[in-house]
Amino acid sequence: MSDQPDMSVDIAGIRMKNPVMVASGTFGYGPEYADLVDITCLGAIVVKGICLDPWEGNDVPRMVEVRGGLINAIGLQGPGVDSFVETYMPFLRQFDTPVIVNIWGRDKDEYEEVAARFNDVEGIAGLELNISCPNVKEGGIAFGTDITMASDLISRVRKRTSLPLIPKLAPNVPQVGLFAKAAEDAGADAVSLINTLPAMVIDIETRRPILANRVGGLSGPAIHPVAVKQVWEAAQAVSIPVIGMGGIETADDALEFIIAGAAAVAVGTATFTDPATAVRVIDGIGAYLQRHDLAGVGELVGSIRE
Amino acid sequence: MQIEKAIVRIHERVAGDYRELVLDAPATAGAARPGQFVHLRVPRLDGSVLRRPFSIYRARDARLSILYKSVGRGTRAMESIAVGDTVDMIGPLGNGFPLEGIGENPALVAGGYGVAPLSFLAGEVDVRGTVFIGGATARDILCVGDFESLGWTVRITTEDGSLGAKGLVTAALDVWMAEQQGASPVHYACGPDGMLRAVGERAVAAGHTAWLSLDKHMGCGVGACLACVQKIRGEDGSVSWKRVCKDGPVFDASVIEWDA
Repeated sequence: MSDQPDMSVDIAGIRMKNPVMVASGTFGYGPEYADLVDITCLGAIVVKGICLDPWEGNDVPRMVEVRGGLINAIGLQGPGVDSFVETYMPFLRQFDTPVIVNIWGRDKDEYEEVAARFNDVEGIAGLELNISCPNVKEGGIAFGTDITMASDLISRVRKRTSLPLIPKLAPNVPQVGLFAKAAEDAGADAVSLINTLPAMVIDIETRRPILANRVGGLSGPAIHPVAVKQVWEAAQAVSIPVIGMGGIETADDALEFIIAGAAAVAVGTATFTDPATAVRVIDGIGAYLQRHDLAGVGELVGSIRE
Repeated sequence: MQIEKAIVRIHERVAGDYRELVLDAPATAGAARPGQFVHLRVPRLDGSVLRRPFSIYRARDARLSILYKSVGRGTRAMESIAVGDTVDMIGPLGNGFPLEGIGENPALVAGGYGVAPLSFLAGEVDVRGTVFIGGATARDILCVGDFESLGWTVRITTEDGSLGAKGLVTAALDVWMAEQQGASPVHYACGPDGMLRAVGERAVAAGHTAWLSLDKHMGCGVGACLACVQKIRGEDGSVSWKRVCKDGPVFDASVIEWDA
């Protein structure tokens, strides 16, 4: 087939020119990587987690490399809604690349308030609801690992936002499909997964945890097979789009997610290793579709064979 | 900043466990200023997801070099880099040393491979001053010839007394500072945190300006991941995290909020 395959996807009304986004927390707020990555090539940008007010995050050390990945405990340091909108949205509006804002709160009221604040902000394509960060005591994963709390939070935020709402699910639950279904039933327009896996490294000489927060979240190629399994389960449980992420380094890694049922994917930690990863993955997916005579990426989504 | 595929031209031991890596990197070398760094992807470091940051030691004639010491998994893997290899590099990164107000008779204070960016600095300015190079032993004292050939005065200290005066670099600095009555020399320092803190505290107490280049474990290197943060005091007295990679790595000693 000589025609270029159709790479575009529509995720809950968010039109993306290809299915490859950059994951929250790994691409800053956009300008940080602008010299190294052509932002117009990306399917979407998911910016680092935002809560209501400036948040200083955790003490240092905040990151440690392990075999096949890294563990981070940044603790969602961020500028807060107003400062984010003022400082970064003028930059982000320059591109035709959809901007998805990852939001979180220390309690349900704050989640609702943050979501509501973005209703009137020009240039926001959607909200990713972070209910799975392992690095904050308040909010975060406490919501993502309790299905009743997750469901209640999503339905409350749903009532306060007109934007596409994408809860980001925790991987460390027994049946992620139940969480995905609960999110759909509570009004989510899509779900994204996986967040990092709770993890820890100990310095055997000092016998102390290396991270100041003691524990953090594991990301990188080591978690890719775990993520594929969770995405596969979630995709079977829901009819809304699933965004797959976790350890993508190559187009092949991304294609596994798509075949497992992901309508879009996100590149995270690999951007640190090679800022060109997302663009490489986009090109590789296109080449795969051509090689397999597929007219568009949609034909591949959930095409896993038993 | 850009990503550059640099070709290794020279890779040799300079002293003890220290090596110099010289790369053909015209774009990065052409833009580099003293105190900036490059973020290298270490070849053949299986299972590694993070790059490693290195201060720029030399940047001229389209070539760029770094000095490193084997201290961990990443730098041990670097020992296997061969001439002709391609090294993927992001740079130049960070802000470098402010050189406008360097004034007369500046002091450069180096610990171990922290001497690298200061050697670069010494060759980029018109003034000459005094360089304090400290290390554990004689094998940790690098680049003395760089400074002497440029006309800088070098004062060496080693903790075991195997070269220069016995003691910490700050002991030599104290003697020199006592001689600078009435003058306000500017200090530039790079080395371990303990040394930087000691240098900074002395300079601030004496009313001198000190620019300290911090060495932190980094993630992205471009300001996105917020791993390499340092507490910095703002003009209004409030303390907040600044990114060593993007807002630094050089900070004015008077605004650094060291841990207790």
